[in-house]
Amino acid sequence: MSLRTDLEIIKNWIAPNSRILDLACGDGELLKDLKLQKKIEGYGLEIDPDKITEAISNNINVISTNLDSGLSQFSDKSFDTVIMTEALQAMKNPDLVLDEMLRVGKNCIVTFPNFGYWRARLSLAFYGRMPVTKKLDYQWYNTPNIHFCTVSDFEILCAEKNIHIESKRFAAENLPDRLLKSLSPNLFSDTAIYLLSK
Amino acid sequence: MPDKIPKDSVGLVTPETIKFDEPLELACGRTLADYDLVIETYGELNDDKNNAILVCHALSGHHHAAGYHSPADWKPGWWDNHIGPGKPIDTNRFFVVCPNNLGGCHGSTGPSSINPETGRVWGVDFPPLRARDWVKSQAKLADKLSIDKWAAVIGGSLGGMQAMRWALEFPDRIKHAIVIASAMKLSAQNIAFNEMARNAIRSDPDFQNGDFIEKNSQPRNGLALARMIGHVTYLSNEQMGRKFGRTLSAGSFQQGQYNPVEFEVESYLRHQGDAFSGSFDANTYLLMTRVLDYFDLAREYDNDAVKAFGVAQCDFLIVSFLSDWRFSSERSEEIVRALIDAKKNVSYAAIQSNLGHDAFLLKNAHYEKTLTVYMDRIFNDLKETQKISSIPEKIS
Repeated sequence: MSLRTDLEIIKNWIAPNSRILDLACGDGELLKDLKLQKKIEGYGLEIDPDKITEAISNNINVISTNLDSGLSQFSDKSFDTVIMTEALQAMKNPDLVLDEMLRVGKNCIVTFPNFGYWRARLSLAFYGRMPVTKKLDYQWYNTPNIHFCTVSDFEILCAEKNIHIESKRFAAENLPDRLLKSLSPNLFSDTAIYLLSK
Repeated sequence: MPDKIPKDSVGLVTPETIKFDEPLELACGRTLADYDLVIETYGELNDDKNNAILVCHALSGHHHAAGYHSPADWKPGWWDNHIGPGKPIDTNRFFVVCPNNLGGCHGSTGPSSINPETGRVWGVDFPPLRARDWVKSQAKLADKLSIDKWAAVIGGSLGGMQAMRWALEFPDRIKHAIVIASAMKLSAQNIAFNEMARNAIRSDPDFQNGDFIEKNSQPRNGLALARMIGHVTYLSNEQMGRKFGRTLSAGSFQQGQYNPVEFEVESYLRHQGDAFSGSFDANTYLLMTRVLDYFDLAREYDNDAVKAFGVAQCDFLIVSFLSDWRFSSERSEEIVRALIDAKKNVSYAAIQSNLGHDAFLLKNAHYEKTLTVYMDRIFNDLKETQKISSIPEKIS
């Protein structure tokens, strides 16, 4: 089983034996891998009943949680790293979720689809249509992804909130994009990965 | 019983009475010189004796959790939905033990038993119990059955409280605790409902200050009312609306004639109360509701739930139902939070259901799936342990 590129990058940022909280953990794939390779102890939060049972099958500590109600059940700095992969854009209040992640974790890792990616821009500019990609295969009316942002948008929010960007990486699926993404991540990366602290 | 025993039923079962001759010291300071526990078991204990599951019953439950006592039985045991071959608690894999708790009225020593010192029925003189007394007696039961460590202790509601108490009292004798629709302590509202029920029983003249068996009476009205009060709290408003609405079982609203109405919900509750009061002991009801009220998981741990769970060594599965207002999801989430802060392995499923507290007894696809995958995990753990213990030591 191959992990997504963003997950590979995340793994390198995780300290061995640390305490991890994974928001919207899905079937627990990342935590399972981190348990095995980094000996972490971790909990995943998930709202989808089917994914919760899959995570239990994967031997993951999974907690049924609606992330839009915040993380009030967790104490300040009770985790080393709080992770959220490709779910920030589905939150009702992504900015508040970021605040909560940085309250509960000593640092946090966020990944999100970059709406500044040239294919998304092309779709809107030339076809006048909301972008539908292979990864995010939804129409505007049925997408769970209600708060898209670009790499630039995200960094502006971090600056406004005095969130410190410890590290950032960008991923792209296509080879040409991968070669070009260092030139302009906002234009050529389809996924952005940030390590943040406050 | 249905015409044919369903394939996934444990079939016909016979309860067994286990006698304990050694005294049991109780939390109240008194001692039971000897006592009986009536139990049912399903499945087989394996050679390693590590596949045993303890099922703890709730307020009005008993040892008959699955299968049928006789071909004439209409209904199977109270948790038959979940215990049986191929069911979530799979009797092809596990040896399931379900006792009737001490203080009960289905054969285990309780207020309706004879006090050996006086030769009279115990009645209200039966010692008050706490969940920890049950756990202690269940540990003695485990000894008798040669079970050193439960693969899991499972319970809903008051049963979940016992599972949590097990994790704290005998941390090295339990590998998993499954706590369903439960709480670390009752709320004032919970206690209030229990007190209404107790008052209904005590104010029935046939209660005779608890001496009703000796005086040949039965406080059936009081007990029925107590059950009605309890029953309403086990259902959700939505479910009652759907099931009964304002449908009438008798009478009419027609003007110009006197034809008193009875709503269906009234006859339903009356039926529930009557059926219950014919099969349950009023003193046991008082005792069991008191056990609920007294339960406070963290009381002796400086009221610190994290400190309390710090003692536990087992893994936990916590389950709640979103329409349960008697033991709401928030109560389960308090348990989960304390377990996470205590750095324990815990999974939590909040199940979508509109059936209220009773949902823990009923069928629900997500609930069953959650139990099934967690029980699979427990079963795979057993295989791992067996593998490790069966590796021969190297001869040096």
